[in-house]
This record gives sequence, C-alpha cells and structure tokens, in this order.
Amino acid sequence: MIKIKSIKKIFKQGEVETKVLKGIDLEIKEGEFVAIMGRSGAGKSTLLYQMSLLDTPTSGEIIIDGIKVSDMSQVEKTNFRLRNLGFVFQDYALIPELTATENVMLPLLMQGYDMNYSIKKAKEVLKTLGLDNHFDNLPNQMSGGEQQRVSIARAVVHSPKIIFADEPTANLDLESSKAVIKVLEETCKKFKHTVVMVTHEEEYGEVADRVIRIVDGKVGN
Amino acid sequence: MLPVQIGFFLAVRQIKRSTLWSTVLITAVMTLTFLNLVVVSGILVGLIEGAQYAVRERYTSDVIISNLRENKFIEDSPRVLRVAETLPNVKAISPRYVVNGTAEANYQYRTDPNTIPEEVGTQVVGIDIAKEDAVSGISDLVVEGRYLQEGDFDKVVLGSMLLAKYLQIDSEAFPALKDVEIGSKIRLTIGDVVREVEVVGITKSKVDEIDRRIFMLDSQVRSMMRTSEFNLDEIAISLTDEKYADATKQALIANGIDKLAKVQTYIDAQPKFLQDIKKTFALLGAMISSIGLAVAAITIFIVIFINAITRQKYIGIMKAIGINASAIQISYVFQSLFYAVIGSAIGLFILYVLLVPYFDANPINFPFSDGILVAPLGSTMFRITLLVLTTVVAGFIPARIIVRKNTLDSILGRR
Repeated sequence: MIKIKSIKKIFKQGEVETKVLKGIDLEIKEGEFVAIMGRSGAGKSTLLYQMSLLDTPTSGEIIIDGIKVSDMSQVEKTNFRLRNLGFVFQDYALIPELTATENVMLPLLMQGYDMNYSIKKAKEVLKTLGLDNHFDNLPNQMSGGEQQRVSIARAVVHSPKIIFADEPTANLDLESSKAVIKVLEETCKKFKHTVVMVTHEEEYGEVADRVIRIVDGKVGN
Repeated sequence: MLPVQIGFFLAVRQIKRSTLWSTVLITAVMTLTFLNLVVVSGILVGLIEGAQYAVRERYTSDVIISNLRENKFIEDSPRVLRVAETLPNVKAISPRYVVNGTAEANYQYRTDPNTIPEEVGTQVVGIDIAKEDAVSGISDLVVEGRYLQEGDFDKVVLGSMLLAKYLQIDSEAFPALKDVEIGSKIRLTIGDVVREVEVVGITKSKVDEIDRRIFMLDSQVRSMMRTSEFNLDEIAISLTDEKYADATKQALIANGIDKLAKVQTYIDAQPKFLQDIKKTFALLGAMISSIGLAVAAITIFIVIFINAITRQKYIGIMKAIGINASAIQISYVFQSLFYAVIGSAIGLFILYVLLVPYFDANPINFPFSDGILVAPLGSTMFRITLLVLTTVVAGFIPARIIVRKNTLDSILGRR
C-alpha cells in the first residue's frame, strides 16, 4: 500500500541545516493500523507529513498503491489527497464557520457529489459516530471529543484508502481519547481503511497492528 | 464549475457566520465609496447643469429665435411668429423687443453737472407680460416688489445685477445703481428718448442675461423706440417637452425661418464656457472619485488579507483535505462581490430614493446656479461595474497570496 524508500528531510534556515529524517525505509500494508511513535522531536510528525503528501521530502521516494506520489505536482497531490487520503489533526481542524454536517460533506462536494447526497451521507457518518444530535452545531458548540469525532467523520466520509491521524488524542481527556482511538480502530476494521497514526502515548500504540518507532530521524528497533 | 460552487458554498457560510459589525462596517465602506464615486462628480456636474437648466428655463426656453448678425431685428417678425404658432408641441411663445439703453439713478440729487452720472448700460426688454410669464415664469423670479401688470405705464422691473445691493462687486467694470428700492424713480434712455420710470419689482434668476435686463410692457418699449412696426428681437418658444427642440428647429428651418432669423435650440444657445466647465468638472469629479475607488480597493484588500491571514490555518486544512486552491480563492472573490453589490445596492437606494429627490427639491444655492445632483442611470451603472470589478480584484489578490502558501506551513502557522 505505502512504500517509503530512503526518505530524507532536511530543514534549512540560513546556513543552518537540520536533518530531521535521515533515510527512512518502510512499508505499510493495506488495511493495517500502524502507530508511529517516538520522542518529541524524533521526526514522527515530519514522516507523517511526507507520507500524506502535505510536505515534500528532500530526497527519497513515496509510492502509494503503485503510484510514485513524491514526484507529483501540487495540484496532482491535492487531487490525490482528495480521492485517496483522509486526515485527522491534533486540534480537530474543523472549519469554524461550517456546521458539523457541512464540515463532513466538504470532501464529497469537492468530489462532485450533489448537495443532497453529500448532506445525507455526512449525516449518516456522523450518526455512526454518535453525533446525531450535533448535525447543525458549529465547532465551538461542541466538546473537544465531539469535534475530534466530527474530524474523523470528515476523514472517512469519502471512503479514502488511507487515514492519517496526527496525535489525534493530544488535546483530549482520557475518556474522549479512548473513544477516539476506538473509533479509529473500528473504522479501520469495518471499512478496511489503512490507518497511520502518530502518537506519543504508549497505551494507544498498543491498539495498533504494528508500531513503528522513530528514533533520531530513523526507524528504530 | 465545481470550484465556483464550492467557492460559493464557503463564501455564503463565511458571510452568514461572520460578525454582524464587520459586515456592517465593510458594507458601509462600500456604500460610502459608491456615493463618493457618484455624488462628488454628480454635484460638480450638477452645478453647471443647474446653470444650463436655468438658462433654458428663464431665458432661451426650448427654442429661441433671434436676429441674424447682419440684421437689427428678426425679419418679417409677424410671419415668423405665425409659423411658430402653427408648429406641433408648442406650449407657449414669448415675443420680445430688446433694445440697448441706459438707466440712471439718483439724478435728482446731482447738482453739479460735471460729476459723473450714476448710470448703467443695460438691455431694455419689452414683453407681453402674460406670454413671457408662461414661457420663462418671470413672475416667480421677482424677489422684491411685484411683476408687471397691464396698464403699467412708465413702470419697470429691474434685473438684480443692475443694483449694487445684489451685485456686491465694487468695481468700475461692473457698474451698478445704488440706493434704488421699490418705488424709486430712475431715468431710462433709449436712443434719444429719455423717460423717468418707476421701479415696481426686482428679479433675481442667477442667469446673467436676465439679471442685467430691464423689463417693461412691450407697448412702452415700442413707444420709446418710436416705432409702430412689430420688429421683434427675440422669440422664445416653450415646448411640451424639451425632446422636441431639435424637431421644432428643423420645422422652422423647413419653413425658411433661418433666412429671416437665427434659429437655435436651447443647447445651441448655451454659452460654450458652460459646456467647457461641465467637461472640466466631470474630469475633476472623476479624479476625486478615482481616489475614492483606490481607497475602497485598499480597504477591501486589507479586509480580505486580514481575513485570509487569520484563517490561514483553515485554508491550509481545506487544501490538505483536497479542496483546490481555486475554490478557496473564489470564495474570497464571492465575499468581495457580496460586499460590493450590497454596498452599491444600498448606495443606489440612498442615491435615487433620498439624495436625488432631495437635491431636486432643495437645490444647492450657488451664486451662479441652483446646483442639483446629476446621476444618470447609465453612468451610475458604469461606476457600479467599476467598483465591483475593482473590489473583486482587490479581494482576489490577497486571497491568492495566502492560498499559494505551502499547505503545511499554513496549517502549522509557519512563515
């Protein structure tokens, strides 16, 4: 599903170069729930950004479903993300002026589905995640856990192949965190999504099929 | 098409859920800009159009017939008058005798014959009082005393600019009579005929040609001219609608009147300097308006830029989940469009429902005209188009700057 070959990422600030990823090779299979773990600053989020096409590696190749996505233009990457990837961000990242339903239906509208179908589908997914009382709520009218579940609904509504989750529990209390992890786990199993989750909490890493540890910019043991 | 729909979807929600005060503020800026665009030049042009209107209403009317340069009067005046009376759309006709003369005041107190007499050169106009009033509404122009009546022998109505108290210019180039009031006697001289007449009224019209004239009954002027012939000098023709002016002129020419007299529409007869000033004022108005337009463009640029920069993270997230850049840019274009259209619509309402009727009813009192607000619909629509286009460009540029930023940098708030 995802193949990463010798990925390096170097940040330059003036004369100073910071090597964050120092040559990473890994492979993630279809339907696999993978947790990327590591200490703060180890490069786990940077790796996620490269895999999810939000950033461009300094060198190396990323191949998803047999397509060399690392060579794509920005427009091609945007289209690829729309059709194949879903995102769950640490701080929910919902669009503040859109209701829960509108946030969730956004990827569907962009894929060309009509308004009625998009609303119906978005509500369906929200209902599955236990948010049937929050269809018309704006993000600031929901709790952190509810917002994160809306964010998951947005990530899965268009049935992407891969869901990338960047520290999805970082801003949540224990109970909400467990609920969110459970949803991700169930989604992965039920819809056969591949899930790549960055987390620094060992407890949540345990629910994953596999844990990839990043140590100082490399895959650790 | 899809980015337009998504752009519209996002714009509607952003406008709907933005704070009321920011919407009111931006819309107010657009409304004021629109009014600045239309009203400033409209009033400047209106000053001159007010003057042109006054010349037509008070002096030339819709069509004016006057003597040819080589003649002292309108040849075969009775025939010209007869032809004019037979033409369609003619509402009223005023035949006028116009003769040069002088008016002298305070001659009763001049004991030393070597002192300079207090006199002014003027045009004495003999009128049919009812017909002249029907054409020029002269009786409405009387600011002191009264209008002429039948049987007013040796009585005159003076134009205000012949009197020092109205002229208020103390210069030898502009002589004026002092201490002349209603009931005062003045000495009127036409050729070698001198007559003492009584001032019964004073007119004030803001039209120089009227305000430097003396009006008398036509029979009185003819007797002073010592002529029994009907040799008219001006014939002013009022029509049912000014739009018939050219057709009436052509009809008069077709009847050979142009061989006997000069035939002009009110536009032909307008002083050229008024048209020149009108063009200059229109240019001046356009210059002032363009500054307003630039201010509006900068305002919208700043508003959209701040909006986009504070929403930079969400723009990044939208791009991350696959919303393409065009859709996001278009959403800002729609927002700019919304503010421009709503601002212009409110401006249109204020302009045509409040300002234009107000200035029509209460013209601005300028020394040389009653200024009105000129805002023809065609030119107003052009200015709206200009405002909308400027606003759309001013909204698009900052949105593009922000949207073009690296997606991850936007999400993480990196510079």
